[in-house]
Amino acid sequence: MPGPDKETDLTERIEAFLFDLNRGGSGAGPLRGSAETARETTALLRRITAQARWSSAGDLMEIIRNEGRRMTAAQPSETTVGNMIRRVLKIIREEYARSRGSSEEADQQESLHKLLTSGGVSDENFRQPFAALKPNVIEAINELLTELEGTTDNIAMQALEHIHSNEVIMTIGRSRTVEAFLKDAARKRKFHVIVAECAPFCQGHEMATSLSKAGIETTVITDAAIFAVMSRVNKVIIGTQTVLANGGLRAVNGTHTLALAAKHHSTPLIVCAPMFKLSPQVRRLSFLSDFYRYCEILSKVNVHCPVFDYVPPELITLFISNIGGHAPSYIYRLMSELYHPEDHEL
Amino acid sequence: MADAGEPEGPERKDDIVKAKQEGKELTKEEKQRLRKEKKQQKKSKEKKDDKPSRDSEKEKKPASAASPAPQTPTQPPAQKAPSAAPAPVPVPASETPSAADKPAKSKAELKAERRARQEAERASKGKKGDVGPQAAPGKPKAPPSELQPVVKRLPEHVQVDNPEVLKKLAKKLERQQIPLRSDYGYKVSLFSHLHQYSRKAPLTQQLGIPSTVIHPAIVRLGLQYSQGIVAGSNARSVALLHAFKQVIRDYTTPPNEELSRDLVNRLKPYISFLNQCRPLSASMGNAIKYIKKEISNIPSQCKEEEAKRKLLNCIDCYINEKIVLAAKAIAKYSIEKISDGDVILVYGCSSLVNHILCEAFEKNRKFRVIVVDSRPRLEGREALRRLVQKGINCTYVLISAVSYILPEVSKVFLGAHALLANGYVMSRVGTSQIALVAKAFNVPVLVCCETYKFCERVQTDSFVSNELDDPDDLIVTRTGTTQLEHWQEVPSLGLLNLVYDVTPPDFVDLVITDLGMIPCTSVPVVLRVKNVDQ
Repeated sequence: MPGPDKETDLTERIEAFLFDLNRGGSGAGPLRGSAETARETTALLRRITAQARWSSAGDLMEIIRNEGRRMTAAQPSETTVGNMIRRVLKIIREEYARSRGSSEEADQQESLHKLLTSGGVSDENFRQPFAALKPNVIEAINELLTELEGTTDNIAMQALEHIHSNEVIMTIGRSRTVEAFLKDAARKRKFHVIVAECAPFCQGHEMATSLSKAGIETTVITDAAIFAVMSRVNKVIIGTQTVLANGGLRAVNGTHTLALAAKHHSTPLIVCAPMFKLSPQVRRLSFLSDFYRYCEILSKVNVHCPVFDYVPPELITLFISNIGGHAPSYIYRLMSELYHPEDHEL
Repeated sequence: MADAGEPEGPERKDDIVKAKQEGKELTKEEKQRLRKEKKQQKKSKEKKDDKPSRDSEKEKKPASAASPAPQTPTQPPAQKAPSAAPAPVPVPASETPSAADKPAKSKAELKAERRARQEAERASKGKKGDVGPQAAPGKPKAPPSELQPVVKRLPEHVQVDNPEVLKKLAKKLERQQIPLRSDYGYKVSLFSHLHQYSRKAPLTQQLGIPSTVIHPAIVRLGLQYSQGIVAGSNARSVALLHAFKQVIRDYTTPPNEELSRDLVNRLKPYISFLNQCRPLSASMGNAIKYIKKEISNIPSQCKEEEAKRKLLNCIDCYINEKIVLAAKAIAKYSIEKISDGDVILVYGCSSLVNHILCEAFEKNRKFRVIVVDSRPRLEGREALRRLVQKGINCTYVLISAVSYILPEVSKVFLGAHALLANGYVMSRVGTSQIALVAKAFNVPVLVCCETYKFCERVQTDSFVSNELDDPDDLIVTRTGTTQLEHWQEVPSLGLLNLVYDVTPPDFVDLVITDLGMIPCTSVPVVLRVKNVDQ
């Protein structure tokens, strides 16, 4: 019978995805880029929409929220999973609203109106079943997937607007977005790239070999030399793991030092981040144990090896995303367009 | 010169016009004066009895008082052109015989001669090598209270991109029978003026065994330097001084030679050799200056045994005063700054900072230490080992985690390689970064440095004068794969392994020296006080 088979198939896929997420976090499995994770999450959510049993939008949202909670619990530092879930939830809300007949502008006006009034409990309970909801939602998710596939190219296309010839550009660690960005600019302009290796994982080495094979003049420096060479750098271009709601970053270890050095020399700091990295979280001040990797406790010594750094928005000059460039102060507005406020907490 | 004033008139006008245009021409009297002074100084250097007369001469020439004439041909003209009128008066004796010679040659010929001489001087000044030896005999004669325009010879190791300098170095090394070390690997274009050597090709491989030119203690020292076995400013200086003690013990004065001059000449090839193995540090430079001064101050009637004993004593004194006792004094001052409950951050392995922390721990101060380390040297592990052995509570992080750990820190203690005269701190690469992040978090930064490391150089960035270490050190193997192993084959890839960087004085809150606790900007004051003492 197709029904139970589909369900078991679906559960299997979800379990396999959760397992992968878990393994990716502990470092045992293959390290995946966040774009890949985003795509897989969205594909999985499309499958859930198609195959799970639900009758109204509210049911679907409940199912997705539950699965989403499990996924984010499997790997809290991989925020793209949560971001995609929130995007899909917003898509469902929109499709429901459209099916019900109210226009989208009214929706926006409603939300602004709610800002002024007490903003009480929404009387939307999403219980009305619509036949056309399922194909609409799946179509919208397909559009989202297409958007995800094109993000790196969209960002790379903007490279020539920001890089002139004979520049010295500094970057840290390895970011596929920045790699594509620089390679695109290198097709037309000649410039020099300095890569900080970002110990202990030394992902900067991979980045440097890849860039130099594309014909870009690259130099590898140690993390300790970042401030020493910063006086000769014209721009700093970095990628990030997450963009936070206040415009700050959660980026790889060493980025905060890089940002401080750039601020001291008044060098612009440009962050290349696709929109799916935008997360409604704010900085958590507690020291989480899952923040660490490869910690060894020698008998008398504590060793700290944090994976991520928080960079405050004052140190950032520009964000380049697939929809264009923005200042850090604009990020909160973009976020309100992507996610619904009730979905911030899954 | 009054009788020669008439025929000089039109010429002087010409010259003044030329001086206005070029600012570089000398008048005839000035050139002759220059020549006279050169001859006189050569004579007086051997006889050492012309001092009072020349001093009086100098007082009468206020405009040209500062620099001894042969130093720079461009300096005196600017000062002498306006003083052309009063200047001829005080030198009647020397000038009149030359005045008598003058009418023999025509003015045009003299002009041509003058111009040719000037071109030659300008060409030789361009190499900047001639200025040094000429400045040296000039300097000790001037009274010490005047401000000296210090014209220093630019060291060879920051002129690698100048082929003339390299040729001169090669000739000098050939004369001293020391092999020349060749650069290794692709150099980043920003640093093409510095050497970059490979650790796998030490200089000692090119020496014959047994080496007849270089003392074996020095050969061993050179190898220890180039392989990094002896590292750290204090360690290198102490090792150098011990090796020199051995050299002095084994030294015998050859017949018809004076110990004070011959020993200094004997040391020169050793110093070149050590410089080739690894560029000398500022502390080593100061130690060598001290030894050379002590050696040349040995009176010529002193017997050899006594002289050697005196020198060995001097070296022991120097080590004791400048390094051992200084460390004790600095520890005493620093312990006042460490309070109970402190969390202290240190970077790399500084012998002085380790000493301070161990002393403070023995005086029962309660604190814990965070050791910050960086690739590729990973010197922090050595510091960690020493501190943990003492029983101090330690944490270990890499430099990229410094902004993560800094909110917990109450003080930062840093060591220094040298303190420059404009207040910049030259230290291991990464120090300036730590100072920057500490400043951003408002954590006080204290630098500990002995006064013998104070240096008269000035520097504003880490590019002009630095050391490039072996680039192969950056290659790391992780889980069996090496990304950069074949970096030489990729034409556009370069690896940069810097050794030093400079920290601006606004990041440093306090410098603790054996003379007390001073702000960073008081370094030139200390240097001046030291010079006056000596």
